[in-house]
Amino acid sequence: MTFIAKPRIDLPSDRLNDIGLRRRDYEGVLSTLCAGCGHDSITAAIVQAFWEMSIAPEKVAKLSGIGCSSKTPAYFISGAHGFNSVHGRMPSVATGAMAGNRDMVAIAVSGDGDSLSIGFGQFGHVVRRNLNLLYIIENNGVYGLTKGQFSASADVGSRAKKGAENRWQNIDPVATAISLGGSFVARGFSGDRDQLVPLIKAGVRHRGCAVIDVVSPCVTFNDHEGSTKSYAYTREHKHEAVKLDFVPPAEEISAQFDPGEAKAVTLHDGSRVMLRRTEDSYDPSDRSRALQYLETARSRGEVVTGLMYMNEDLPEMHDLFGTTARPLTDIPYEELSPGSEALRKLQAKMR
Amino acid sequence: MKRTDTSNPDYFHQVVDCQWACPAHTDVPEYIRLIAQGRFTDAYMVNRESNVFPGILGRVCDRPCEPACRRGRTGQKPVAICRLKRVAADHRGDIEDRMPVIPPKNGKKVALIGAGCASLTVCNDLVPMGYECTVFEALEEPGGLMRSNIPSFRLPHEVLNDEIDRIVDMGVDLRLGTRVDSMQALLDEGFDAVFVGSGAPKGKELNLPGRQEADDNIHIGIEWLESVAFGHIENIGERVLIIGVGNTAMDCCRTSLRLGANEVKVMARKPRDFFKASDWELEDAEEENVEIVINHSPKAFVVEDGKLTGMTFEVMEYDIEDGRITGQRVVGEEFIPCDDVVLAIGQDNAFPWIERDLGIEFDKWDVPVVDEKTHQSTRDGVFFGGDAAFGPKNIIWAVEHGHQAAISIHLHCQGEALDDRIPVHLNLGSRKMGMHEWSYSNSFDPAARRKMEHVPLAQRFRELSTEVELGFDADQVAVEVERCLNCDIQTVFTDDLCIECDACLDICPTECLTIVPDAEEPALIASLRAPRLEPDQPLYVSGELKQTGRVMVKDENLCVHCGLCAERCPTAAWDMQKSLLKFPRAADHEPTAEPLKKTG
Repeated sequence: MTFIAKPRIDLPSDRLNDIGLRRRDYEGVLSTLCAGCGHDSITAAIVQAFWEMSIAPEKVAKLSGIGCSSKTPAYFISGAHGFNSVHGRMPSVATGAMAGNRDMVAIAVSGDGDSLSIGFGQFGHVVRRNLNLLYIIENNGVYGLTKGQFSASADVGSRAKKGAENRWQNIDPVATAISLGGSFVARGFSGDRDQLVPLIKAGVRHRGCAVIDVVSPCVTFNDHEGSTKSYAYTREHKHEAVKLDFVPPAEEISAQFDPGEAKAVTLHDGSRVMLRRTEDSYDPSDRSRALQYLETARSRGEVVTGLMYMNEDLPEMHDLFGTTARPLTDIPYEELSPGSEALRKLQAKMR
Repeated sequence: MKRTDTSNPDYFHQVVDCQWACPAHTDVPEYIRLIAQGRFTDAYMVNRESNVFPGILGRVCDRPCEPACRRGRTGQKPVAICRLKRVAADHRGDIEDRMPVIPPKNGKKVALIGAGCASLTVCNDLVPMGYECTVFEALEEPGGLMRSNIPSFRLPHEVLNDEIDRIVDMGVDLRLGTRVDSMQALLDEGFDAVFVGSGAPKGKELNLPGRQEADDNIHIGIEWLESVAFGHIENIGERVLIIGVGNTAMDCCRTSLRLGANEVKVMARKPRDFFKASDWELEDAEEENVEIVINHSPKAFVVEDGKLTGMTFEVMEYDIEDGRITGQRVVGEEFIPCDDVVLAIGQDNAFPWIERDLGIEFDKWDVPVVDEKTHQSTRDGVFFGGDAAFGPKNIIWAVEHGHQAAISIHLHCQGEALDDRIPVHLNLGSRKMGMHEWSYSNSFDPAARRKMEHVPLAQRFRELSTEVELGFDADQVAVEVERCLNCDIQTVFTDDLCIECDACLDICPTECLTIVPDAEEPALIASLRAPRLEPDQPLYVSGELKQTGRVMVKDENLCVHCGLCAERCPTAAWDMQKSLLKFPRAADHEPTAEPLKKTG
């Protein structure tokens, strides 16, 4: 960590986004994570994505559980709402928040411990309910806050800092989310911001639960030889299945996308995701192939990244509940809670 | 792009903008830190090593360092470098025991013409090596233009005398009131080397109608200032026109106010952007209610009954494009009444006393041909420095000329080649003290520049020698020193340690770092995170990084040296290291001198 806060220096070259804010306006307080932590990189990617998308900070809800990852919402968008919840129970709190105000942009930050161990059940259900939020798992394969024990995402055969070998089977959050019926599932790497920022933007604009598993090296406990979540290992074994670009609604699709090579998927707000095929000719709309592809890559020891699966047509939680399009927080209290007489009448109708 | 060679001392030197801009390369950040620690005497000595006259320069330096200061590029005013120098000089303790011990004479004799800053610097460097230095000065006191042209309300005599005496007392043979009338005669005296530091003593003339008739009330600026300095002139008329708008003009108008004038106008031919005077000198004059009149070109002196009554001016209009005058025309004429006129339109070198058959070549402007590096004329053993060498500059340039000429004189006297000079030596030493602990104050302080207090207007005109600037008080010093960005604490990168975690990029408050795939210069510059605003500022490009083969690029322009990149770096690929530049002096060229060594 650092003891001196990043000074605020207003420079003549500072650019403003569409709502007149500087990138610095999307930053948060001083990070207390270890210097070089992948999580700080992800924080910076979130800052960049939200700034570039000109999302008003007060329209953002930041939700997290417990762990190194779950501390990070304090380090971005100071002007946003936030809830640092109980360990592994962030999805419940997020569900409540989004049930109450569906117009918010919800960003959930969790870790491999918070989502794949103690909160595995909550993670599974929020994915299958397709709650409209961006769910980032900062995945480093170890419990960093408790000095680096293997987590549930640690690969079989990978080694801890002192040499112990992991013999437990690992949970892959990407395969898990796809098999649970997730509507947007991707994997990124904290050390590849050019890939991560468009993924975050697409995830924010996707209507439904957008899970992004981000390999985020723990520089203190899991960046050694023998680790499969280190900077060096990830860079060496990273394989991008599909290249993704994000094009905001008002913007023209530029000539850099060759129509034969790139496929556009339009999101609900009119923005588009441009998928550029790699040599694998991977198609993120095919669920069974996605799972098969992940399995093949795993057996080859590859860390597959990119947008692995997306389905814009799956209904999100509010669609399934049939709730009103108006956020509940905008509805006057008398209307929302019409009193015991109204309740009695309703019950009478059902007798 | 090619990997940047940071072993070339120029790279890190250029990052220290103030030191790079200073002709004498004063280690500004180092002395500011010493002031911050209350070590005024040490701060003074750091200054003296480079610029020899810290007390004088702390008041009247032309301050090329301040416009260069990095603070100025963060949307603020530069650090008050010059005023801090004065702080060191005003508060220092005794330095007697830090002065060099003067050895027995080495038998070599050097003649120096003019006892100004250039000659005194040569003496300062050569007397402690055993040279016998004889200075010939036409006036009755040493100091040259520092004494005769800079009024005492800006530079008190005590300060001037103290710093000059310190050099003279080393054992200089100072011959006052001794004008050199013939170079031939001087050369015949058998000196081993001759140094000409006689300045640019001839004020420019303005030959317009009425000049001769009104001679009694028309004064040449530098001569007039000299007469005032030596008490030969004690008053002037009530209404005074100053012609010209350089720093001499500023001294003339402010001096006039102290000699009885109450309506002083500085007449400028061009608009304000084209003034030669430094901004702060203009401000100081205007604070004393001097009126600066622009776009007036002198036409004639008006004389009635044999007495000057005023001047006529052509009123000018200019076409200006991109800061340059592209056209001009006369749009009117104006008479301005006055009692006296002071001409401050520049000065020339004049060497009527150098015979033209001595092998000292003069160019078509009748100034001697002098080598810019060695300061030697076309005659072996005759050197020029200060304004005498390349025309009017300023004190700090003259000091640097003195240092360089001293090296040449030493090499000449020892029979060595003049270009066999020791190169600048760079030493880097880490400033890391422990976890997140650096031995310099690295937090960025957004404080604004402190304002110098002045003596109230009512008091300042009573006596010519009342110093106007009061100096910084302790509180002002405490704030001003923290404004220094410590540009000499360099960000040093070791590429094979980098794991490309991006931590430095994210924490950098000015986005001056970028990791990109290597490319040719234009493409690389186009991919920087913050636009490259100052192409003259150094750009650092690392070697290929281990994991991805990309390169780390740093645009030095806006780095505030907060050290957060190094503090955030998990592998210490970034480190904050003090760059200590050693500029060799004459003494370093002695065969017995200790070689420049690492000090950390």
